[in-house]
Amino acid sequence: MLETKNLVKKYGGKTALNDISFPIEQGKTYLLLGPNGSGKTTWMKTAASLSKPTSGSVLWNGTPVGVESRKEISYMPTESFFYPWMIVADVGDYCTDFFEDFDLDQFRDLIRDMELPADAKVKSLSSGMNAKLRLAAAISRKARVYLLDEPLNGIDLVARDAVMKAVISVMSPDTAVVISSHLVEEVESFVSTAIFLRNGKLLEITDTEDLRTRTGKSLADRYRELMQ
Amino acid sequence: MQFDNSLPIYQQVVTAIKKEIAAGRITPGEKLPSCRDLALQYRINPNTAARVYQVLEADHVAETRRGTGTYVREDPSLLSVMRKEMADGYTRSYIRDMADLGYHKDEVLRYLEDWNVPESEPSDLPERT
Repeated sequence: MLETKNLVKKYGGKTALNDISFPIEQGKTYLLLGPNGSGKTTWMKTAASLSKPTSGSVLWNGTPVGVESRKEISYMPTESFFYPWMIVADVGDYCTDFFEDFDLDQFRDLIRDMELPADAKVKSLSSGMNAKLRLAAAISRKARVYLLDEPLNGIDLVARDAVMKAVISVMSPDTAVVISSHLVEEVESFVSTAIFLRNGKLLEITDTEDLRTRTGKSLADRYRELMQ
Repeated sequence: MQFDNSLPIYQQVVTAIKKEIAAGRITPGEKLPSCRDLALQYRINPNTAARVYQVLEADHVAETRRGTGTYVREDPSLLSVMRKEMADGYTRSYIRDMADLGYHKDEVLRYLEDWNVPESEPSDLPERT
């Protein structure tokens, strides 16, 4: 459904993504893995059509991503995108205006489950609370693809359970979820495929259950091996 | 549930459910959660949850009734079969570890003589007929 083909992205003199190709298929949950600067966020921004490829393309049902794909691809960025005057509840209204597929009732349920006070000022939220708010906004859309950039960053141990349940709840046979996270051990029980990146290059695509069955290794083990 | 991430997740969930049946916490004929709810409960992928039910069906532990969901088979012997299967598994790994330490069968038996089995766990079980 979302096909990355020979994608190259250069910033100034630096190559952030160097000729990578891989498919994202519906019904699967992907984990993007790689050290800082490996190109994970660059790929997500390109797939979300917020950044243009230098060459190559990301295709949504055969057409380069753009205005149309944005209606069906939900993206949770690493940085806050809310206006400082907003309270938590305003974010729901803002997203309702912005996205046709936004489910306000689900958003309200999620902020309650994640213990975000509806009347709190967005600018007063801690970084972890802000991450929860961004996640709630991203997964309250009835999208076909969810791109979640570091959804667990800054989120304390107690709240992680609610966050991960929220992520699992959007998985279905006709959606795809792509997560980037350094917390491999936290997410490896529910991701179906790992995509390993390093220095903008694609190293390997691994089916997680297949890896465990074939080699008796965890994703974290495989990550350490590949990055040595 | 804490998984061993180096072993297939579906197998670990299959074992956990069989253990629930063996302990009488899930009873024959009982409806099991939907794949989605099982995924949320164990924090696994919904595809893995579907695979768990396929394996439980292949093992004659569960059956899927068209349109209504997956149920534990209505088989009165299931509890004792599951108990035996679990007990075999634990015993096999215990014996293997003891053999690794160099214990022979008669030594293992003598060793076990000195151990008490706590009463608390089995008392949760329903009456056996």
